Amino acid sequence: MKYVDEFRDGALARRIGDNIATEVDPSRDYSFMEFCGGHTHAIARYGVADLLPPNLRMIHGPGCPVCVLPIGRVDMALRLALDRGVMLCTYGDVMRVPASDGLSLIRAKALGADIRMVYSPLDALKLAGANPGRDVVFFAIGFETTTPPTALAIRQAERDGLENFSVLCSHVLTPAAITHILESPEVHDFRTVPIDGFVGPAHVSIVIGSRPYEGFAATYRKPVVIAGFEPLDVMQAILMLVRQVNDGRAEVENEFTRAVTRDGNARAQAMTADVLEVRETFEWRGLGQVPASALMIRERYAAFDAEKRFELNYRAVADHKQCECGAILRGVKRPTECKLFGNVCTPDTPMGSCMVSSEGACAAHYSYGRFRDIPVVAA
Amino acid sequence: MGTPKRDYVRPLDLKTGRIDMNHGAGGRLSAQLIDEVFVRAFDNDFLRQGNDGALLPIPPGERLVMATDAHVIFPLFFPGGDIGCLSVNGTINDVAMLGATPLYLSASFILEEGLPLAELQRVVASMGDAARAAGVPIVTGDTKVVERGKGDGIFISTTCIGTVRPGLEIGGARARPGDAILISGTIGDHGVAVLSQRESLEFETTIESDTAALHTLVAALLDAVPLDAVRVLRDPTRGGLATTLNEIAKQSRVGMMLEEAAIPILPQVDAACEMLGLDPMYIANEGKLVAIVDPESASAALTAMRAHPLGRAAALIGFVTHDSHRFVQMASRIGGHRIVDWLSGEPLPRIC
Repeated sequence: MKYVDEFRDGALARRIGDNIATEVDPSRDYSFMEFCGGHTHAIARYGVADLLPPNLRMIHGPGCPVCVLPIGRVDMALRLALDRGVMLCTYGDVMRVPASDGLSLIRAKALGADIRMVYSPLDALKLAGANPGRDVVFFAIGFETTTPPTALAIRQAERDGLENFSVLCSHVLTPAAITHILESPEVHDFRTVPIDGFVGPAHVSIVIGSRPYEGFAATYRKPVVIAGFEPLDVMQAILMLVRQVNDGRAEVENEFTRAVTRDGNARAQAMTADVLEVRETFEWRGLGQVPASALMIRERYAAFDAEKRFELNYRAVADHKQCECGAILRGVKRPTECKLFGNVCTPDTPMGSCMVSSEGACAAHYSYGRFRDIPVVAA
Repeated sequence: MGTPKRDYVRPLDLKTGRIDMNHGAGGRLSAQLIDEVFVRAFDNDFLRQGNDGALLPIPPGERLVMATDAHVIFPLFFPGGDIGCLSVNGTINDVAMLGATPLYLSASFILEEGLPLAELQRVVASMGDAARAAGVPIVTGDTKVVERGKGDGIFISTTCIGTVRPGLEIGGARARPGDAILISGTIGDHGVAVLSQRESLEFETTIESDTAALHTLVAALLDAVPLDAVRVLRDPTRGGLATTLNEIAKQSRVGMMLEEAAIPILPQVDAACEMLGLDPMYIANEGKLVAIVDPESASAALTAMRAHPLGRAAALIGFVTHDSHRFVQMASRIGGHRIVDWLSGEPLPRIC
């Protein structure tokens, strides 16, 4: 496949791996956080860890859209589908996120709720057009990558005069989450999570550009290298991070120049700003309340805001007591340090959100990497 | 069964007619549906016996193999096939994967009230064609009608009976460390062809389902190697290649090591999976088989498969290993390692 295979080339990967191994300082350790679930997935799926030196560790960040969705938000969607009879549309990944009372959207569907998996909010819009007698709600989740399509769908609904379409907006913001991690006591005060730099988001950065990261690099003295989602992108970004650390630099560099510019996609940003505004605060699974970290629908588009239309109230629900998703999302613990991991919590029976999506740290390690925990004898 | 038209006042309206509850009531209309749609398409000596069951001869000294399969695919028609030929080929393949020669098929239909007779006729004709092409007659059957909303057009259950020659022992528990793992061709074609037709996706593609009866490919493979060289045969349908290999690893109590770059995949399928966030290892196939063979016979097996029209792109994709954890592992294209796990739930697309 053109423009993809080039970034999965084995010989080139080994060469970058060799360069990383030669350039790391053997007398110290390197810890980098890949913020995005897309990177977590690529690292696990291609076994990138096998090509990295032992003193370089990748820490999985909170950038997995379904992982950070708190139980309370999924409950809101569930109640809409079960009690209010709406047709609830959402992305595939969201279907299995555990909610209260042992429910998930996929289980609610089995109970008779009308829940549809869509690839785009525009598909939800189409369903609303085709079912004028039904209330159609799009459960919008995700980082800045999936935000512009939501804004577009709301504007389109207004233009088409659709009165039965609304959005349960649960979009979150990347820069706020990174700041939150950098300000967390584990990173900032106790330094129990030693983050030497970040592999910066790929698709998110196409929309927001590389400029928003310049603040962290300067304030917190942490290098950021924006990288694409292919394995060679990730490896090249790691090499660039090693070089920054070795040189004592803390800059924003862009490995993903084929898609990301400094200013990002101005049209997408303008559309988002027209329809959505920043919430005062929002609960993230694992991170708790994070100020100015999520988006809500502006008053001018209130008719399309499911929270207002159905007078929904958010009720926070605590995670399972033994679930370590919170600590894992902050990089404080590894998946294998959770007592539930691989025992009662597996991708077939997820207890915590990190075990749901293949971008989640736990699911990625369970599905792709758990052989590393156990020595295997070859034939 | 008689000559169709003479027995009824007027023939079924196969152009604009629809299935109604009377077609399933067991009266004259049911008989007419059977005569004018099913018997006409499937016609063979066994069906013409006209009994509720079929009396069948079997080769002496051989063991019987029987497999059954329910088909509920949506949409009913997709590029490269339809539910009809799929229901014939799929069950023949289940019998063929034991190294058996498929001999007879049965088919039972659950039809939904309102189904256009033209669609039913198309599906049934496709079944008849597939059965004739495979040389396996449909010898008995049944039809029921359910109310509108209680079915999805057509559900088809088929059963196939075959026989296997003495001394041939093929089964999922027989893989041994060191054995070679072969696949008969490109993976993911069927699943992607069907996905491309789903309402929410509808992307334009030239990808066609690979639905095919594999018993002649199996025969060619078995002829080319010693009697005990083929340990396991399995068609990687629902759950894809990954799930099939995990089933075998569990049954045989072994591990596997695959080479990602060796697994054949059409660029169109690869691109569609990339776009939809799906892994082709978990996408269904309907005309491919996995063969686990004695490493000494791997090259002869591969040559025989490649000489058959259904095995042109056959490839050696890995080896069976000792592994008490039964892990199916893969060396990725960049040289890293990972597990190829069981499919977990429906293959849901990732968000970004």
